[in-house]
This record gives sequence, C-alpha cells and structure tokens, in this order.
Amino acid sequence: MSLQRMGAVVRKELRDFRRNRFLVGTMAFMPIVFLISPLITLLRIPASTDPSLVDRAVGVTSLLLFVVPAVIPPIMAAYSVIGERDQGTLEPFLTTPVSREELLLAKALAVFIPSVTVAYGIYFVFALVVRFGAAHAVWAAVWHTPQMLAQLVFTPLIAVWAIWVGIAMSVRARDVRVAQQLATLASLPALGITTLITFRVITPSVALAVGIACALLAVDGIAWRFVSWLFDRERLVTGSHARSVRGAARGAAGS
Amino acid sequence: MRPWFRRRRVGLGWRPITWEGWLVSAAAFGLVAAVLVFLRRSPERFPIVILVLAVYAVVALRTGGASAAPAAATRAGSEEPTAPPEPVGTAPVRTPRPAPSGPPMLVVEHLAKRFGERLAVDDVSFEVAAGEVFGFLGPNGAGKTTTVRMLGTLVAPTAGSAVVAGIPLTPANGLEIRQRIAVMPENPGLYLRLTVTENLEFFAGLYGLRRPGDRIAAALEAVNLRARADDLCGNLSKGLRQRVGLARAILGDPAVLFLDEPTSGLDPVATREVHGLIDDLRDRGVTVFLTTHRLEEAERLCDRVAILNTSLRSIGRTDELRDRLFRKRLLVTTAAPVTDPAHVFGGVPGVTAWESSDSRGYELTVTDPGLAAPAVARALVAADADILSLSEERHSLEDVYLELISDDVEAKGA
Repeated sequence: MSLQRMGAVVRKELRDFRRNRFLVGTMAFMPIVFLISPLITLLRIPASTDPSLVDRAVGVTSLLLFVVPAVIPPIMAAYSVIGERDQGTLEPFLTTPVSREELLLAKALAVFIPSVTVAYGIYFVFALVVRFGAAHAVWAAVWHTPQMLAQLVFTPLIAVWAIWVGIAMSVRARDVRVAQQLATLASLPALGITTLITFRVITPSVALAVGIACALLAVDGIAWRFVSWLFDRERLVTGSHARSVRGAARGAAGS
Repeated sequence: MRPWFRRRRVGLGWRPITWEGWLVSAAAFGLVAAVLVFLRRSPERFPIVILVLAVYAVVALRTGGASAAPAAATRAGSEEPTAPPEPVGTAPVRTPRPAPSGPPMLVVEHLAKRFGERLAVDDVSFEVAAGEVFGFLGPNGAGKTTTVRMLGTLVAPTAGSAVVAGIPLTPANGLEIRQRIAVMPENPGLYLRLTVTENLEFFAGLYGLRRPGDRIAAALEAVNLRARADDLCGNLSKGLRQRVGLARAILGDPAVLFLDEPTSGLDPVATREVHGLIDDLRDRGVTVFLTTHRLEEAERLCDRVAILNTSLRSIGRTDELRDRLFRKRLLVTTAAPVTDPAHVFGGVPGVTAWESSDSRGYELTVTDPGLAAPAVARALVAADADILSLSEERHSLEDVYLELISDDVEAKGA
C-alpha cells in the first residue's frame, strides 16, 4: 500500500470537500443544531434538581452528541464514489495505479478527519460551555471521566462505521442523494448500543465499554472488507457486473 | 519577508500559509473564544472581540493576505516567473515516415466482451508497435471505448488475451499495467472545484512521481497552459479542459497513451496544437492509441488504423486500405470527345479497363497510376485529343470507412 498515493487522494478529497458548499453547509449547520438543543436543556437545569433527573438529561444530551459522528460522515462518504462518477472523474481516476484498498482507505480517511474533528470540536464547545454556564451538578455529570472517555472513544468508532456504510451506498447507488439518504439511515443502528447505555438499560462499566469498543472495532474492520468486496471497477464504469461474466480473463478489472 | 497569508482564490478571506500565519490565526481565535467564555457576563466582551478580529485582519492583510496566489511556476518550485503564453506556432506538417517496427506495445488476440446478451466486442486481434500512433475508428457503439476500457484494466474481457505495455492483461497485473499507461477519456474528467495545478498534483501523487512540480510545469508547458495553472478547472472552457486532460495524460510519462477523441470540442488552432503534441509524443517513442471519429485526423496522425464495428473490419496503413478496397484509376478530361477511345485507351500498357463518365470524361482502371499516366497522355496527344486534366482518383480514409461500414449497414438492413 502506497502512502504517497493515499496522501494524494486524501489531500484532493479535503480540498474538494472544502469547496463544496453543500457539504460545508451541512457540516456547519447540522452540528450546531445538535449542539444548541442540548445546551439549552442543560443550562436551564436549576442547581436544586434531583440527581437522577440530571443524569437522565445529561444522558439524552450525550446521545444527541453521538448523532453528529453518525450523521455527518455518511453524507460526505456517500458522495465519495458516486460523486466522482457524476462529475466524470471516476474513469480517469480508476485508470491510475491506485489499488482498491488504497482508494477506499484514503476516501474513508478523508471523511474521517473532518467529521471526527467536527464531532470532537462540538463536544469540546459543549463541555466548555457547560463547565462555565451550567449548574454544578450538571457540569459535574458532564465532566465525569467515564462519560467523557466514552464520548472520546465511541465517537471515532461510530464515525468509521458510518463512513463504511456511506461508501458502500456510494459504490452501489446510482444517485448521490439516494446514497446519502440510505447511508444516513443505515448508519443510525450504531447508536443503538450507546442509547441502551445512556438510558441505563445496560449498566455501564469499564469492561462493558471496552467490550463494546472492541466489537465496534471488529465491525468496522468487517465493514471495510465488505466494501472492498463490493467495489467493482467494471460495475462502476459500465453499470454491469464483472463478477457475473464468465470467460477466460474473468476478473481482470477487479484489482 | 515571505507572506504569512494568501488570499483565497475561492471564497472569502485569506488562509495562513506559514507557521507564523497559523500561529497568529490560532492566537486570534483562541483569544476570541477565551473572551466569549470567560467574560460572558461582561458588557465589554463584544468590543474586545471586534478589536481582536480587527487586529487579526490588519496583520493578515499586511503580511500577504491581500495578494493572490503566486503563479504556477512559483508553486511548482521554479524561481522564474511564469512565462506569458507562447504564440501558437504552426503545427509541423507530417512527413511520410516508415511505420514503427519496434517491439509490440499492445498485443491483442481474439479479445471479446459481452454485456449480458449484447456482444460489444467480438474476436478482435491486432498489434501496435512501440512508438506507433494507432487509429481506432468505428461508428458509435462499435466497441471502441469498451476495447480501450479492457486494455486499460477497467473492464474484464469475456474472452481472448492481451499484452499491454509488455505486461499480460491478468487480474494480478492490473496495478503494474496502469502504472505504465494513461487514458484520456472523451470527457477529460477534471475536478472542477480544484485548480489546474491541484488536479495535476493529485494525479502526480497517484503515479508516485518524484519532483512533481517540475513534471507538472513541463506538462503544462507542453499543452501551453502555464498561464492558467492557478485557474479553477470549473472556470475553463471545454477546449482548455481538454488540454488539461492531455497534460494529465502525459504527466506520468506513459509507455502507452490511450486518447479517446482528444480533439472533441476543440477549435482549429487548439486541434492543431493537439496534433503537434501527438506528433511529439510519437517522436519520443510513446505509443498512442487514438480513438477518433475525425477521419482526416486519423489520416493525418496515424501510422496505421483499424476500423471496428463490433468485430474488426479492416486494419492497415491508410494507403493499404485504399488499395485493398478500391481499384486504381486515372481520371481524364478532354476538350472534345476522343475519337475511338477504345482504340486509344486499349493500346496503352497498364490500362486494364476504361469507361466514359460523360462525353468528355473517361475513367481508366490501371495497374500502376505512376507508369500508366504518361503513357495515357502520349496516347491522347497521338490521337489529337486536347487534355484538360489527367489525375489519379484519390480515395480518402472517409471513403474507405464508409465503404466498410455501409456494408455492415446493408447487411443489417437485409
């Protein structure tokens, strides 16, 4: 695997994202929406509130913050392959010596960097505002080490899952918007576990958190291999499936 | 002093380009954030924020933020300023040259491709020598693009085999083949939100080029685009985009270059420049596989051509194809009808048949026009005929093409 080729793809993707007004608008607008609502909720909680209610409110707001890494990456990732095809750049790109793995990993990394940066940034702002603006009981619940650690660990893992879902949709769909909508929907189940923990359906513990993190990591790895399997140059270029073709040189386009 | 900031070519404001610029930016925005957080109850916070941002703006503007990005040459690492665009020169007239006879760069044997029930390419075989410009002609839907895609490792053949740039076309060799070829599709496929240089930087990275700045500058020079290096591709005309596509195709110094309609949408001057560029590539030993609808372009540029209509209809040098399809004929026009033309033309050596096209025109079928023409002239003079014109009938590549393709159309219609 060539780091130079992957670096070239990542740089190009980041430049292209930065100048895509729709993506920039989405990345700016959606996190703010998911930031304002929890902040209003927490800043309005009086100091005398029952601790269990505080815990519940903090749980809900944390869940909302997990939506950011689950929702932003698919929007960007869904654009990554079908977007290239729409603007006619896919064919020249695929005739370069970039391998399927390099292409997919670089595309995923290019989505991962901004989306996780935004998710962490939003959480940082959230934590900072709560620290200086909310009642003591509230900020103590937010600044609880396991809570923060879970946020920091699960954010990239959820984002990676959402990215692979987005790229998978992008590889198979014929329209950017369809890919984005399906990818956003398909990436939401990753929030299920965090929802169960947040609402204490599953009792949180360090061992559980580590176990879930490992499971998510494994799912992310499987998702990468699955997307690699889905990626078929011939299908992307011509719309027909190389694997269905029988012949002497079958699969020449697959590497 | 080197500028700390550069004005954005896209969007508003400026962006830091040195560590000093990044430091100033981080300090300014950190200060703003700190003021908003720690002085949130103070009425002075907004004037302070405005003051900080104003100071930041002044620093950015004073240290380079007012000036646009430097020219491509500077970005590419060259110390010299960008040269103005050179005047368009006259493209060299191609002189006849022997067909390249180097080792074959493309060997295609019985290649076929089927999409479901539809046969796109059927049993195609040919070879292309190193340094040869090979024309691939055919009507829409003939399988030209599919063939290029198979050779470019994008599409798997259903049957047959090929060797591309000396490497067998197999699944395992895809990367190696793509390292040695370049494909320019009819739509140049540029990233419209990136500048010309950024597009080329991307592809230079994919080909793993060393000193990409120099290579990009050379490629832009070759297509006469250095002055537009910093323009967004979205702002370029179709012709200029086509030239950027060509610059990208030659960037990696490919052994085999596949060009699909490279002059599509270009004006005559740009077309001539592209033709000159293809001639230069041939002189450098690059094998060019040219797909085109422009028959005069194929005739002017190509050492050999192949005419495809799902299967290969004919292949060879254009003069060979002409000889194969058409009889050699002399066209004669006289001031008055020749008395007893059967006697006059029948006795001329090399004339195998003749017919009268009108009262003063004659079409003679000959074995060798060069030998027969003087003899025909002498015979006409001896017969007291006044010759108005005597010429060899010329068939263009278009005639060859139409002759071959019309056979297929008739066969389909029957």
